[in-house]
Amino acid sequence: MFQLEFMCNAWVASTFIALTCGVIGVFVIARNLSFLAHTLSEIGFAGASFGVFTGLAPLDGMLLFTMISAVAVGEMSTEQSRREAAIAAISSLFMGLGILFLSLANKSASYATNILFGSIIGISVGEVWQLVGLSLFMLAVMFFAYRYLAFDSFDGIGARVQHLPKHLLSVLFLLLLAISVSISAQIVGSLLVFVLLTLPASSARYLVHTVPRMLLVSVGLALVGVWGGLALGYYTNWPVTFFIATIEVVVYLATLLYARVTQGD
Amino acid sequence: MNMAQPLIQVHDLAQSFADRTIFSHVNFSIPQGAMVSLVGANGSGKTTLTRILLGILKPTSGTVQTDGGGHLTVGYVPQFRNLDRDYPLSVRSFVQLNQIARPWPWHTAAEKRALTHILTETRLTGLAKTPLGMTSGGEKQRAYLAQALVNDPRLLILDEPTASLDVAVKHELIGLVRELNQKQGLTVLFVTHDLPMAREYTDRYLLLQGGQMTTGPASALRDDLIAD
Ligand SMILES: Nc1ncnc2c1ncn2[C@@H]1O[C@H](COP(=O)(O)OP(=O)(O)OP(=O)(O)O)[C@@H](O)[C@H]1O
Ligand SMILES: [Mg+2]
Repeated sequence: MFQLEFMCNAWVASTFIALTCGVIGVFVIARNLSFLAHTLSEIGFAGASFGVFTGLAPLDGMLLFTMISAVAVGEMSTEQSRREAAIAAISSLFMGLGILFLSLANKSASYATNILFGSIIGISVGEVWQLVGLSLFMLAVMFFAYRYLAFDSFDGIGARVQHLPKHLLSVLFLLLLAISVSISAQIVGSLLVFVLLTLPASSARYLVHTVPRMLLVSVGLALVGVWGGLALGYYTNWPVTFFIATIEVVVYLATLLYARVTQGD
Repeated sequence: MNMAQPLIQVHDLAQSFADRTIFSHVNFSIPQGAMVSLVGANGSGKTTLTRILLGILKPTSGTVQTDGGGHLTVGYVPQFRNLDRDYPLSVRSFVQLNQIARPWPWHTAAEKRALTHILTETRLTGLAKTPLGMTSGGEKQRAYLAQALVNDPRLLILDEPTASLDVAVKHELIGLVRELNQKQGLTVLFVTHDLPMAREYTDRYLLLQGGQMTTGPASALRDDLIAD
């Protein structure tokens, strides 16, 4: 299957997407931000449509929209319940905007489907390089903020007492999340970025109990999903995204079952 | 470090929220190597005072002076920390979170030694790999204690660590802290409701009552001192 150039592109892109999502997902789960991750991907959809409407590349439109929203959310009240309501409202607005931009740009419904559910055919070599570059940048930043992010994510109270700059860390994290959401939507689509961001990391926390191991397992499960999805998609002609979602969900349910059996609850 | 100098000296501290005064004219010092209890009824301002000492709450007025004048590393065991049963990190990983001298993921040999040492001191070696969410209340408190101590603080503040513990476990925990205090000269501020515990394990008491602070030797703490 690697004779086809678009499959090679898709393979490189999804490998880096799995790395990115696997890593950041562990912190998304620890910080209880699954809901926000989902919203950011809807905002990404609006950004991509905005890009199409104005002639920007969809990825650039996504980055623009998600990063601005990330900073805005970081400045919002930190009270969880109030924040979730506000985020839900914002996300509906952005889905509406996404549809508006697409219709203004005179794009067909299939274009919207590509952005929402992903497409492996659309991605060019140039876009792959941009994606790899952003992914490496994100991982490098994570590396140099690792212990601070880990402390703040897994024990916010302890981190405050040690005077870690919580606000700065939160905004930094949301920006990294925005980048991750945007690059991942290239292959798996806006609506299912969520799957790669949360399920591998959620499975990992039932299987291993240190942060580095959770990162390894989470990345591993994300890789299994995207590689398996690409291969199955290639041989069956069914949508890759369908297979990725199915693999991740099955793995997640299996780990839940495993946890229940081994821990007896 | 000058041993004759108190570790912390508080001058004329006052704290109000909106226009409600919690306490005022609070003066006290904590000598180096002492174990001091902070007692007082619910809502008297004990946690508020510890937040000021930690530097995460700016007092309405007054000053907190530290030995050497600079920033003091403080270990803190908070009154509330809601970890659910699903909390994934092992006891060891949880304690390790507070080793933040460097940002990147791998730890130096010295950091690993310090971690192993503190797990031994707090008798957590056997539980090191157990997910913290699954440990008992007393074990959790010991893990919080270990985390607070792992970066070698000069002051340890415990905010009602024994509130939900049974008699044996609470004596084990505070006995452990007292041992560290006497063996290694760790300065401790122990916030509690439990006057017998304060009498048994601390040198001096600080009592917050009616917005005022009084102090004295712990042996003078009488049960009728606190009017609830
Ligand atoms: N941020 C805040 N804003 C307004 N009021 C506050 C704030 N923090 C504390 N208070 C009030 O200050 C008073 C003292 O609270 P604090 O938590 O210090 O009491 P405490 O002595 O620790 O009580 P407990 O024994 O129940 O833990 C309480 O009446 C509380 O409602
Ligand atoms: Mg309190």
